Amino acid sequence: MSERSARTDQLGGKDHSPLWEVFVRARRGLSHSHVGSLHAPDAELALRNARDLYTRRQEGVSIWVVPASAITASSPDEKDAFFDPAADKVYRHPTFYPVPDGVAHL
Amino acid sequence: MYGNDFAPPEDGPGGGLLGEVEAAEAALREAAARARRGGPAGDEDLEAYFAGVVDADQKIEPRDWMPEAYRKTLIRQIAQHAHSEIIGMQPEGNWISRAPSLKRKAILLAKVQDEAGHGLYLYAAAETLGVSRDELVELLLNGRQKYSSIFNYPTLTWADVGAIGWLVDGAAIVNQVPLCRCSYGPYARAMIRVCKEESFHQRQGYEILHTLAHGTPGQKAMAQDAVDRWWYPSLAMFGPPDGDSTHSAQSMAWKIKRFSNDELRQRFVDMCVQQAEILGLTLPDPDLRWNEQRQSYDYTQPDYDELLRVIKGNGPCNRQRMEHRRRAHDEGAWVREAAAAYAAKQNSRERVAA
Repeated sequence: MSERSARTDQLGGKDHSPLWEVFVRARRGLSHSHVGSLHAPDAELALRNARDLYTRRQEGVSIWVVPASAITASSPDEKDAFFDPAADKVYRHPTFYPVPDGVAHL
Repeated sequence: MYGNDFAPPEDGPGGGLLGEVEAAEAALREAAARARRGGPAGDEDLEAYFAGVVDADQKIEPRDWMPEAYRKTLIRQIAQHAHSEIIGMQPEGNWISRAPSLKRKAILLAKVQDEAGHGLYLYAAAETLGVSRDELVELLLNGRQKYSSIFNYPTLTWADVGAIGWLVDGAAIVNQVPLCRCSYGPYARAMIRVCKEESFHQRQGYEILHTLAHGTPGQKAMAQDAVDRWWYPSLAMFGPPDGDSTHSAQSMAWKIKRFSNDELRQRFVDMCVQQAEILGLTLPDPDLRWNEQRQSYDYTQPDYDELLRVIKGNGPCNRQRMEHRRRAHDEGAWVREAAAAYAAKQNSRERVAA
């Protein structure tokens, strides 16, 4: 179904200063978005470096750092097989259901 | 200056180089929205699929298949770009402790901090191609990868800090704005971020020169001297003339590069002439004149033999720059080890507690 990305295995392992992925939430109410990655020996330093590197110009109010080795990604080859079911189950979308004339607020 | 004390950027879309960066950012989002669904079909040739994505102006992403030569050339280009940002901290760092006012000093510190950030964005982009930053740093320290020739010139006066901002960062932006549309997604995204910050550098450099050029005669002379020394090295930043550029044709076909070295150099000259007029400074080229037919300026080419000498390691500061970088790396080894040992200790403590 999925595979550990090659770079995660290569770069996250025994390294002195492993790779971290950084997610920043721009404002209250928005979700965290991936903004980039960096190397740091531990989570606290990763957080401090991410603050300096990715929020120098008020880009965000909240930061998550995640060791790259903890992320498992879907593989691009199986995009269709992996993501298709949603498309053929049209009844999952509210627009599938006709609304009888005269019904309000539905 | 803190927090919200500054006005929003004046350039809307379409305004100058920043406008081009914003347009590239919009194009990137658009390309993502109309991306081809799925990877290559079962029987589809990988090379044909790759060519199709590039032709359609969509982005190649880290886990897509790509030709080995495309991967190699990107690693080389992005890594050398990253090295340039890191080595580029030295010539300007040279003036941090001697900046003429506290305001200028704070700005210069922020700028050098940005350069470090640019280096990190770029190393991260290079790492998506399957090399580690440590390997790339090793290649730089061994002299097996290069950095921009421009950082091998010395900063002799405070005005050089202004000339670097206006000319060197200006040339970098002209070079980097088209890279915002590069076919490799992580590089294109890094360039968008870098260009926005680089515009601040270029403007602050221009402001330094403008202040000096409108100051005392001594200050004006210092500004003119800096422009005289940085003009040709900046022109040489665009690389050898089109006829001698080894990687150009293939990079253009892969849409890594969008314009030739000479095209970008011409664009830069055309921009600078008008900007120099407002500064009240002259560009040190007696043959610089408007060519009505070409609707561009004719100019004297930089000395490409000198460029080659500098690239090969024999510029004015090559040895000093590399020595400094190596010393920082070697003398910092115990600090890196201490950080790693501390992290390992914290990890094992957490495991025991859990």
